[in-house]
Amino acid sequence: MSQLSELFDFGPFFDNFDLILEGFWATVRLSAASAVLSLVIGTVLVSFRVSPVPVLRAVGAAYVNVLRNTPLTLVLLMCALGLNDTLALKFSDDPGTTYYWWAVTGLSAYTGAFVCEALRSGINTVPLGQAEAARSIGLTFFQSLRMIILPQAFRAVIAPLGSILIAMIKNTTVAAAASYAETATVMKDLLDLPTFNSGAIPLFIGVAIGFMLLTLPTGFFFGWLAKRMAVAR
Amino acid sequence: MTDSGGRPENVTDKEVTEVAGGPQEGDPGAAPLVVVENVNKYFGDLHVLKDINLTVNRGEVVVIIGPSGGGKSTLCRSINRLEPIDSGRILVDGKELPKEGKELARLRADVGMVFQSFNLFAHKTILENVTLGPVKVRKVPKEEAEKHAMELLDRVGIASQAQKYPAQLSGGQQQRAAIARSLAMRPKVMLFDEPTSALDPEMVNEVLDVMTELAREGMTMIVVTHEMGFARRAAQKVVFMADGQIVEENTPDEFFTNARTDRAKDFLSKILTH
Ligand SMILES: Nc1ncnc2c1ncn2[C@@H]1O[C@H](COP(=O)(O)OP(=O)(O)OP(=O)(O)O)[C@@H](O)[C@H]1O
Ligand SMILES: [Mg+2]
Repeated sequence: MSQLSELFDFGPFFDNFDLILEGFWATVRLSAASAVLSLVIGTVLVSFRVSPVPVLRAVGAAYVNVLRNTPLTLVLLMCALGLNDTLALKFSDDPGTTYYWWAVTGLSAYTGAFVCEALRSGINTVPLGQAEAARSIGLTFFQSLRMIILPQAFRAVIAPLGSILIAMIKNTTVAAAASYAETATVMKDLLDLPTFNSGAIPLFIGVAIGFMLLTLPTGFFFGWLAKRMAVAR
Repeated sequence: MTDSGGRPENVTDKEVTEVAGGPQEGDPGAAPLVVVENVNKYFGDLHVLKDINLTVNRGEVVVIIGPSGGGKSTLCRSINRLEPIDSGRILVDGKELPKEGKELARLRADVGMVFQSFNLFAHKTILENVTLGPVKVRKVPKEEAEKHAMELLDRVGIASQAQKYPAQLSGGQQQRAAIARSLAMRPKVMLFDEPTSALDPEMVNEVLDVMTELAREGMTMIVVTHEMGFARRAAQKVVFMADGQIVEENTPDEFFTNARTDRAKDFLSKILTH
């Protein structure tokens, strides 16, 4: 019995609460920036993929196929170790800053491919007549994409975009591999500490709850938004 | 050359209908507004438009009629290049539409198009639907575009619906909004592809009334329709199309009472018995 209570002793967890909170703050910063950037990348990519210019379509397709089929760990290691360390392409001289931006870049480049494909399926839900009407009043291809097609495509795929962002938030834990210190890094450091004995299970539970506090509201928010923004036809 | 569409930026609505109707735009008053010359079009192996020739004068209303699959929609769509053609020429106001790009987009707006399925922008209000083109393509200031839009919506009888979304309107109201959206671009010619065939019977007349009024005001119109009443009331010419060819051109009265070709007689006997 005493062993069981020791297993669920949240003492060590709360002793290191500051550190864990710091880790979560780093996770939130990475998630927020990557969410914005991956939406931008996905939108640009999908414009390429549906454009009338064959070269752009090919570039879009190649990008999506490469990034979607490469393990995220590899993408992030490539950014942090390959580009930042080996090739010395640094965002800043401060290691914290440069690894942060490489983590944002890698995660967004990867997630952007999924956003692109979600948007593309959204575009398929927009009736052809919408684009024809847009062209008939004199809008150019990109104007019609920006003002008529994409706004309706976005609204059609808000719920799947929510799922992609939730997956992305959880994927931030991989950034630990790319030298960016976030929740998973803190967790691993704590577990490696000789003084942090027997705190493992409470730590896992605490971190899991922490992630749910980030992802559940995201899911609810996108569900609500999808209902609110639905296009009536 | 900022406005090679050929129309001064701030003409009023009245002037537009006069311009569309009367021969005052420079000297080519008598020159036809739309000329279709030896046009051929294929969908793969299917020869859909076979050496089509058609001339539409300023202020003229031409009704295109014919059996399903005859190429009526394709002809309409090639006039504003929604479909590319394989050979021949199509001139609008003396100019051939360029192949692609910005220039085409801008000139295309001179040809208004009304679709069978309305195609109002589903995520925009009726007012936004009508002002979008003028503001983004013609660069009309927003306030001015809204004022003009409200006048047009009033003219087609749905000013009170301006703030609603398309799905909140009846089919007839949506089609009238779509006509207002086209008119807002101050087009030189309007194409209608079966504008009433997706409507419930009780809504057909409200749309035809708007179109008849437009014709009376002198708008040049090419209308694909089987509405004989409209053709007799508003059109100067009926073009009978079948199997990708223009089989007969006639006045509405002659065509419906005394068609020259057997193909047309046969077709008319079928639609008249319904
Ligand atoms: N995008 C397309 N691809 C292939 N074939 C097409 C396409 N659009 C039309 N067609 C074919 O071209 C022919 C002419 O079609 P079109 O729509 O112009 O006829 P229509 O006279 O308008 O007929 P309806 O009265 O049914 O509207 C038909 O045989 C049709 O199947
Ligand atoms: Mg048709």
